[in-house]
Amino acid sequence: MPLLEARDVHGGYGGMNILNGVDMSIEADEIGVIVGPNGAGKSTMLKAIFGLLQVNQGEIRLRGEPITNLAPNKLVHMGMGFVPQENNIFPSLSVEENLEMGAYIRPSGVSRMLEQIYEFFPPLLDKRRQPAGELSGGQRQMVAMGRALMVEPSVLLLDEPTAGLSPLFMNEIFERVKKINAAGVGILMVEQHAKQALAIAHKGFVLAAGYNRFTDTGEALLNDPEVAKSFLGG
Amino acid sequence: MNELVFFINNVVVAGSVTGSIYAMGAIGVTLVFSIMRFAHFAHADMMTLGAFVVLLLSLAFPGAGSVVGLPTAIVMLPIAMVVTAAVAVGIDKAFYKPLRSHGVKPIVIVIGSLGVTLMLQGLLRLFAGTSPQNMYVAERKEIYRLELPFEAVTRPVIVTEPQVILFILVVAAVVGLHLFLNKTRTGKAMRAMSDNPDLARASGINTNHIVSVTWIIVGGLATMAGTLLSMDVTFKPDLSFFLLLPIFAAAIVGGVGHPYGAIAGGFVVGFAETLAVFNWAVLLRPFQERLPDWLELPNNLAFVGTEYKIVVPFFILVAILVWRPTGIFKGKVI
Ligand SMILES: Nc1ncnc2c1ncn2[C@@H]1O[C@H](COP(=O)(O)OP(=O)(O)O)[C@@H](O)[C@H]1O
Ligand SMILES: [Mg+2]
Repeated sequence: MPLLEARDVHGGYGGMNILNGVDMSIEADEIGVIVGPNGAGKSTMLKAIFGLLQVNQGEIRLRGEPITNLAPNKLVHMGMGFVPQENNIFPSLSVEENLEMGAYIRPSGVSRMLEQIYEFFPPLLDKRRQPAGELSGGQRQMVAMGRALMVEPSVLLLDEPTAGLSPLFMNEIFERVKKINAAGVGILMVEQHAKQALAIAHKGFVLAAGYNRFTDTGEALLNDPEVAKSFLGG
Repeated sequence: MNELVFFINNVVVAGSVTGSIYAMGAIGVTLVFSIMRFAHFAHADMMTLGAFVVLLLSLAFPGAGSVVGLPTAIVMLPIAMVVTAAVAVGIDKAFYKPLRSHGVKPIVIVIGSLGVTLMLQGLLRLFAGTSPQNMYVAERKEIYRLELPFEAVTRPVIVTEPQVILFILVVAAVVGLHLFLNKTRTGKAMRAMSDNPDLARASGINTNHIVSVTWIIVGGLATMAGTLLSMDVTFKPDLSFFLLLPIFAAAIVGGVGHPYGAIAGGFVVGFAETLAVFNWAVLLRPFQERLPDWLELPNNLAFVGTEYKIVVPFFILVAILVWRPTGIFKGKVI
């Protein structure tokens, strides 16, 4: 049974549908990467999974259980974490408070989880008392991912975790994503850096105009001349 | 030297009292704004309502104070805080929450709160009448006269019992709020929701619960401020007329969304008001001989007459909106 499965998802922000039948499926130990041009509906798809907008048609399942249109806080309880593309930290809260808020629904294990997160993102340890809004872009992204990891989710949705980062930081974030996945977290990630992201992906989904143009393994998509021509910049 | 005592009584004491009341009111306005993103106009009437609940309870149990050796109103204050907090949560559920869940623009909720203002004022008049009432139902208001140990000083510094209690409770409330917001899980979640409500929801924070907690704190603080003000002067059902403008000015001066800014703003507006109505001629009179002959001191040298002191917060409000709309602590712009 797939960890996360979306079938024929249609939905939008109230007006016209943005998603016109998206299919996606990842297994528990996989990294799925969504690529596609700007405005294709990649972020919208993640929001639809996380219950942030109305799904009008189709179905989304987590470990076989239907979760279509469930509220975000229910999904957090069911083991789903979401890191939005923008505004993904609490800027005036300290780094540690940001992480604590990630564990809001499960306050018992906070100190153990904090230790793990600091071990995983060492730069955050020194900055733990500093307001998260004062951190560099890469460190903010670590805070954002750390916050979502605090409840030990079984699936993590990441929306462009490397947006605006230098290539050095980008590689570092991808390394972390691989490590998180190796620790047993299924990952569904939207990425602009399509080539690098598909290189670490088990599954890839090329979205355009609100539906799947291509769906295959990351490797197969990278080697597909048609995908390369239209979506990976040749 | 008596002039100095006059200054202490009319500016230092009076300004601290007014500032404390405005600060507590402004904290309430700022908390509602940071969590629900709307300007809550009915806040001043919540202060009046809280004081009225204390008055009712005091009239019902006038002997309660003498048992513990405090004014009856102070004994009734905690109960009234709970009652008013419950009313505040109820008002939100009945009037503001339906608007919020329809996803209306903030201005619609602001207008809703104007409706609540009118409703509360009507109810207060209906049950409290229109004339001022003394909050000291059973006992006498203690007045402390502190003689200063200087020979030239013959007049005492005057502080009343409710003023002393006010200072103690304001410090307690501010320290308590600080600890709550920075040390408790719910308090941190409140700050998180104020920072980024969407992310708070995505973290599994129950935002409805946070909204209720906010109203409980706001209702409690409003009751405290309204009661102590009414004890110091008298209870009036139209108290809010004199509070609304200064507490909003204080919240905006401090930077909306900053509880500490609201405290600073409260004292800025409170002291500005007392300094503006202070008769400066009193302080200048001892130097009369040294002033040139042609300069004769008028009897009253205040910037504005006491009856017009409401123009002071109005002026501050206009000035801050023109000069620095985010307030001194860089808050959000309403
Ligand atoms: N909050 C919103 N309300 C209405 N339309 C939106 C909203 N967010 C995005 N859209 C629209 O949805 C479409 C897809 O956007 P998005 O999913 O963000 O694209 P991307 O693939 O670049 O992440 C775009 O046309 C965008 O204008
Ligand atoms: Mg996007």
